[in-house]
Amino acid sequence: MQTILLIVFLPLLAAIVGGLGNRMLGNTVVKSITTGALFVSCLLSWPIFIGFLNGSLTAEVVPVLQWVQSGNLSFDWALRVDTLTAVMLVVITSVSALVHLYSWGYMDEDPDQPRFFAYLSLFTFAMLMLVTADNLVQMFFGWEGVGLASYLLIGFWFKKPSANAAAIKAFVVNRVGDLGFMLGIFGTFIVFGTTSIPEILAAAPSMSGSTIGFLGYRLHTMDILCILLFIGAMGKSAQLGLHTWLPDAMEGPTPVSALIHAATMVTAGVFMVCRLSPMFETAPTALMIVTFIGAATCIFAATIGTTQWDIKRVIAYSTCSQLGYMFFAAGVGAYGVAMFHLFTHAFFKALLFLGAGSVIHAMHHEQDMRYYGGLRKKIPLTFWAMMAGTLAITGVGVYHLKTGFAGFWSKDAILEVAFARGTDMATFAFWMGVFAALLTSFYSWRLMFLTFWGKPRWIESEHIQHSVHKTPEEAGEDTTGGYKPHESPLTMLIPLGILSIGAIGAGQAFAPSFLDDAAFWGESIFYNENLIHAMHAVPLWVKYSAFVVMLLGLFGAWLAYIKDTSIPGKFVEQFRYVHQFVSNKWYFDELYHFIFIRPAFWLGRKFWIIGDQGMIDRFGPNGAAWVVSKGTVAAKKLQSGYLNSYALVMLLGLVAAITWILM
Amino acid sequence: MGGFPILSAMLAVPLFAALACLFVEAKMARTIALGATLVNLALGIVLWAGYDIGGAQWQFTERAEVFAGFSYALGIDGIALMLIVLSVFLMPICILASWESIQKRVGEYMAAFLFMEVLMIGVFAAQDMFLFYIFFEAGLIPMYLIIGIWGGDNRIYASYKFFLYTLLGSVLMLIAMLWMVNEAGTTYIPTLMQYDFAPEAQTWLWLAFFASFAVKMPMWPFHTWLPDAHVQAPTAGSVILAGVLLKLGGYGFIRFSLPMFPEASAQFVWLILGLSMVAVVVTSLIALVQHDMKKLIAYSSVAHMAIVTAGLFAFNVQGLEGAMIMMLSHGLVSGALFLCVGIIYDQLHTREIDRYGGLSINMPKYALFFLLFTMASIGLPGTSGFVAEFLSLAGVYKVSSFATFVLTTGIILGAAYMLYLYRRVAFGEQKNADAAAMKDLSVREWLMLGPIAAAVLWMGVYPESFLAPMRADIAALDARIARAAPEGDAKISAGEPLQEAANAMPGDHVSETHGAEGAH
Repeated sequence: MQTILLIVFLPLLAAIVGGLGNRMLGNTVVKSITTGALFVSCLLSWPIFIGFLNGSLTAEVVPVLQWVQSGNLSFDWALRVDTLTAVMLVVITSVSALVHLYSWGYMDEDPDQPRFFAYLSLFTFAMLMLVTADNLVQMFFGWEGVGLASYLLIGFWFKKPSANAAAIKAFVVNRVGDLGFMLGIFGTFIVFGTTSIPEILAAAPSMSGSTIGFLGYRLHTMDILCILLFIGAMGKSAQLGLHTWLPDAMEGPTPVSALIHAATMVTAGVFMVCRLSPMFETAPTALMIVTFIGAATCIFAATIGTTQWDIKRVIAYSTCSQLGYMFFAAGVGAYGVAMFHLFTHAFFKALLFLGAGSVIHAMHHEQDMRYYGGLRKKIPLTFWAMMAGTLAITGVGVYHLKTGFAGFWSKDAILEVAFARGTDMATFAFWMGVFAALLTSFYSWRLMFLTFWGKPRWIESEHIQHSVHKTPEEAGEDTTGGYKPHESPLTMLIPLGILSIGAIGAGQAFAPSFLDDAAFWGESIFYNENLIHAMHAVPLWVKYSAFVVMLLGLFGAWLAYIKDTSIPGKFVEQFRYVHQFVSNKWYFDELYHFIFIRPAFWLGRKFWIIGDQGMIDRFGPNGAAWVVSKGTVAAKKLQSGYLNSYALVMLLGLVAAITWILM
Repeated sequence: MGGFPILSAMLAVPLFAALACLFVEAKMARTIALGATLVNLALGIVLWAGYDIGGAQWQFTERAEVFAGFSYALGIDGIALMLIVLSVFLMPICILASWESIQKRVGEYMAAFLFMEVLMIGVFAAQDMFLFYIFFEAGLIPMYLIIGIWGGDNRIYASYKFFLYTLLGSVLMLIAMLWMVNEAGTTYIPTLMQYDFAPEAQTWLWLAFFASFAVKMPMWPFHTWLPDAHVQAPTAGSVILAGVLLKLGGYGFIRFSLPMFPEASAQFVWLILGLSMVAVVVTSLIALVQHDMKKLIAYSSVAHMAIVTAGLFAFNVQGLEGAMIMMLSHGLVSGALFLCVGIIYDQLHTREIDRYGGLSINMPKYALFFLLFTMASIGLPGTSGFVAEFLSLAGVYKVSSFATFVLTTGIILGAAYMLYLYRRVAFGEQKNADAAAMKDLSVREWLMLGPIAAAVLWMGVYPESFLAPMRADIAALDARIARAAPEGDAKISAGEPLQEAANAMPGDHVSETHGAEGAH
């Protein structure tokens, strides 16, 4: 199991060498080092995963170095490998290795490639530290490390003001979540006297009835701890309320979106809840909140996804929505199912992002789907890859044939398990999930139809106009403007191909282990055997509900974007306010701007001008100086040099002194 | 270490070098100053290596009676050791930072710095209360001169403000000290640390010391001298001010207020926590709207120091150790940030944030260092700032979840103002031709930033090196003040544990007939 050291630290080493070597080593060397390191990590990870699949490996902790020892608070650097970690290992290293490879093609013309690859490897290292953490503090290290890498990569094109703003927003919004995470760790330490995850999980049930004081309230200990930790998860996984950074994060290069903002980092919150699942199972209220937030996010993000024009933003909201599914699966107690969806989602969502990147690459950096159209024949390989991703995310599959794409296995399982759980909250989540599945199908096919079907609308795009040096008027009837979309190079197509295999087959291949095999999960998560039995026993209409809404969504998209393209316009006309509300992302950004950002700057100025300068300085040092200088003026008047006034003062003093003595 | 008086040697080396600097020309003065500080750094390393962890509480002691109970008594424990090491570590870097930027009265300048080093080491090594007082207050003088002579345009105002503020508290402290010596009959600090003053007396003694330490710290609302002092001070002055001088307040609290007046300290916990909470929120918000780089970092210092005070008055090991690590970490990180400002100030002669931009393009190495220190200031795990913040706040949480909640908002605000600064300086387009033409780090600047960067990462990844020497002393202090420790607000009360998991389902579902082994 010592290979885990290599898996985790090779990417770090590559990042350091590549980052510091930078121009000195040159593009090719740095790219080879980082990509090579990731492929080695990936090749070493799969045997571990397979070892857990066939039961030949057991959980293990590899110590690395002492970290902090302060009184009774101590935590070390250590790498924990169990089933849950192994699942994450293959997801992270596989997607990361493929994204590294993809970036050879995608970033080929960028002047700053070594930096990009170093950041990617640094990210992978931090993510691996997160998933191998044996204590909450190391998890927080990874948590913040991926946050840093995400910040750097979103802002990779640092000359763009929008990219910088998005990078800061991502970091700061995540920090809001981290506030919860940190308080959660402190609280856990107070309650259990440790930050070691296994020890906490073992001790959690005994504390489930206790209460604790928090901010002046008395609350159930486990509920408040889990809620605080979950706030951290909400930040990282972009759940409703703390989701605003994710769509903006699309300012980063597309490979980054695929790796960080689809497959790995944003799933860290789900991973955390699963890692701590035995603890969450002692906190019923917290789990209700997890379920509610998950269900609300999955529907909320899906509605916005239907109205966006930027191809990457559609997929970003889709990610947000799919994370919601994972959370409510965890909330109803089906952690294995949540992890399964995380696993399959990593493949098909990375595929969709990389496919979108390939489209963007082909279309001269144009990201607006309004200017796509008719690309099916021009970039057929990309088209088929995107098709595989779409079939996977919409959950195409037939229950009775027991075949389907990856999303069919995992998403349907989530819906069924929510239904099977049967509580009010779970049922709510089920219905939200079904409705979101309809919207998922709609926006996914909308994306496909707008991009690959219909007539080319390319010449409307400024990017294309720049490329062909024509205005739409000059182009006339030829709406392609004479632009020739080109299929991506092999370095980009190979990752698309491999991920397509995952998107098609990952569900089918791994469903038995992830869903039904308690032994596979071992002690790594809370495995609810009875719930899984109930999940298989749901009525037939539940099993087919996702299939039906998928067809409805497909039909709706076909109707509106192929059959009669005037429908969307009419719809918007009819429901202008609803559409505006949704397409403006429910006005979250504006709301936050008015209640947080502007007041913060306003308060800062007031505290500075009125507080520091107007009050403290004025009445403090400047006031003291004023008193001293006025005092000297008064003192100067006393020392007038006139003998008679001195005599008068002397006389008065004498009288006063005598009076005082006589009294 | 035998009988070699290493602490006295560490005082003597810079003292004689300072005198020598007064009589030689500029180039020679620089060399002497660098040499002397490097010798002291070497002595500091010897001191650290020779410090016996788990040995006597006070080591390397020297004592010579002078008169009337006043004695020249030196000696260090782990806490003092770490702060001395910090001081001697930063000193050569300060000399390097002044290498080219100081061109007038170089000899006097170097002398002032070396004299400052004498006083700083003296403060941390003094075991006699009056000796401590002399070093503590005399530290003002060289700093006053450094700001007043080699400072910026508004240096007179800044230096007078600095002097006025810091002097105010010291008078009260002297009176308290005289009373204490009279009462306890000794000036020997280790004895006084064990002396139990009457609780009523403790209250006013505590307040008298507080007046001095709160200004030095500086705590809100005694902080307004700091931004002005930093802005006007030359780069090295800012480094030493942020790096070492600000630590005197914290050192005072940990050496005097807490062990000597535990009851009074407990009585004023909420005063300290209250001021700390206000400081974190208010000064962080102020930092957000600054246009002057040095002012921004100065305000962030106030916010970081508030974490120190809160940690110190948490009355537990995590709080105390966190506060100590925060002092060390902040000494390194804010010192480094001031160096970063100095490096670009030397080239463009402005601290106006908006005059810069896009420095990542022409100064990538500089941008990397600046990023590292920015992240350390934000408290990113893996850097010293995180260990400091995490331990302090974990300690405070044991006292009050509310205070922790407010103090922890600092991690959000801190990220906001530091990243906003970094964005405006290092990212974006190159707006100004002169900023775009600036040169990347020179070898000298590498030598300044490199060691600090290494120390910051070392402290973040393996803080044990720094915690171990202090462990026994902090434990002793914790034991000493435990009797007065305030009660926490967590008050966990046991209850009947839940019988089953939250999502438990009734077992043996009837559905076996439905094909449980099916697809799903």
